[in-house]
Amino acid sequence: MLELIEVSKKWPEFNITRVSMHCRKGEYFVIMGPTGAGKTLLLQLIAGIEYPDSGKILIDDLDVTYHPPEKRRVGYVPQNYALFPHLDVFENIAFGLKLRKLSRLEIKRRVKELAEHLGIEHLLHRDVKTLSGGEQQRVALARALAVDPSILLLDEPLSALDTKTRESLRDYLKKINKDFQVTAVHVTHDFIEALSLADRMAIMNKGQLLQVGTPDEILSHPSNRFVAEFTGSINVLRGKASPREGATEIKVANTSIWAIGQHQGEVTAIIRPESILVAKEKPRTSARNVFQATVDGIEHRGAVYAVKLITDEGLSFTAYITRSALLELDLKPGDSAFLFFKASEVHLLR
Amino acid sequence: MKFKPPSLALAFSVLGAFLILFLLIPVILLYLTTPSESLVGIVYDEEAVKAIFLSLAAATLATMLVLLFGVPLAFLLARYHFAGKSLVEAIVDLPLVIPHSVAGIAVLVAYSSRSTIGGLLSHLGLTIEDTFWGIVAAMAFVSATILINAARDGFQSVDREYENVARTLGAPLHRVFFGIYLPLSFKSILSGAIMTWARAMSEVGAILIVAYFPKTAPILIVERFLNFGLSASKPIACALLAISIAVFLILRFLAKRR
Repeated sequence: MLELIEVSKKWPEFNITRVSMHCRKGEYFVIMGPTGAGKTLLLQLIAGIEYPDSGKILIDDLDVTYHPPEKRRVGYVPQNYALFPHLDVFENIAFGLKLRKLSRLEIKRRVKELAEHLGIEHLLHRDVKTLSGGEQQRVALARALAVDPSILLLDEPLSALDTKTRESLRDYLKKINKDFQVTAVHVTHDFIEALSLADRMAIMNKGQLLQVGTPDEILSHPSNRFVAEFTGSINVLRGKASPREGATEIKVANTSIWAIGQHQGEVTAIIRPESILVAKEKPRTSARNVFQATVDGIEHRGAVYAVKLITDEGLSFTAYITRSALLELDLKPGDSAFLFFKASEVHLLR
Repeated sequence: MKFKPPSLALAFSVLGAFLILFLLIPVILLYLTTPSESLVGIVYDEEAVKAIFLSLAAATLATMLVLLFGVPLAFLLARYHFAGKSLVEAIVDLPLVIPHSVAGIAVLVAYSSRSTIGGLLSHLGLTIEDTFWGIVAAMAFVSATILINAARDGFQSVDREYENVARTLGAPLHRVFFGIYLPLSFKSILSGAIMTWARAMSEVGAILIVAYFPKTAPILIVERFLNFGLSASKPIACALLAISIAVFLILRFLAKRR
């Protein structure tokens, strides 16, 4: 369990201002905010790498505000993983255990057990410099988990990975959180990543927490404009999921959306605007979700155009397309068009 | 046909080659022009052999002392921000810009047995005028900068996240120093120590003033050159050079292997 009460800290060029939050034991808590929001600094305050000017930090009901990092029972996985380059994988994982003066045999047993659980036992005698990004992350996780932390701090754990590895590691992180019953505090700038991983989440900007809640609460009741800009920038659909034909069918309005996996019950589905493709004619495509729609509006948004489409069934979608795509398709409000997206682009919140 | 200028690499290679030859030719000619029987005869030249061993011992001790006091200082400079840090850094760099004879005079003024500090030291048996300790002091004064800066650069290049992670894994700061910073900076410190040692070996100016006696090898070379001329100084110069290069190469090899 982790609790922050009115934590503030001034740096020469940045402030963390009155941050209060509470993570329950075993919870997966995500702090989401844009680059420069102060997320990493907040993690460092929790880890004890920096101390706050005021406020309190409690871990398992113990006031650790001014305890050094080694007295906090926190595991820390930095963004670059920071595997010790002069030690091999085994020695990296054993680093914290050796400090606890365990016997050699005991250390060997614990490292092996952990490595087996995390699926990295074949890497134990490798040089860390030869590991892939995904492997590095698993080793960094094993090293942090070896000392049985109460809180696991993860700084942008997925951002340095390619898309495919990211998908598999996302589930892996969640599994670790459950298997080890460790409270995870995960920091990210990716809203969808936050929504799909978090039991509860916080939205952070300019050193302040703007809203804390479950992904569903944040999606349905954004508490201010900044949060609403995030929630408004994605496609959210609520419906009833049931497994069918090896995938998941979600009944929304009087149509169906397809997602991967086998899910059941009420779900919230989210789709990134950049995952939705637009065509003038009905496409022959592998995408499982194809809808006929009418263009409702076109808005310039930074480097892309946001095209708002309303399907014949009445569902509203936003798709991001480039300027050249807009010109080529010659889209205007009122035009009829097709929108489509892959089942694997549909993220389901539980 | 149009004139085609040589590529940049070619032009630079020519310029670089001149410099390399300028550095290498004297070393080679020193050996070629010294009769081989006088080279072998050096082992029977008791004064020269003693001087070389004295140089080796003093330079090694000076390097070890600088390591003992310099590495912790380098760590402080690399890891912490504190008031007066740039002043400390300036003091560390100072010996580099002081002419070595001036350095010798300054050391003598401060630590000779007639000075306050030197008086206290001489009660402990540490006098520097014309002693082994004087040679070590002069060597340390002119070479400490090299080691401190090399070690500081080494510590600074260690990613701070290693420390952060090690701390959360339960390592107090002293364990982080010995378990993370020291091994990761080992190469920088070792190569700094090699350069410090080489610098100490080659020192003449400061030693000339602080402790002309007992004579180190470079001092003996100067003395023989002034009293008996070039050919008298060549055998011991060759011997000193050979030993310095050998030790230098061995240490470099060890440093590379890590």
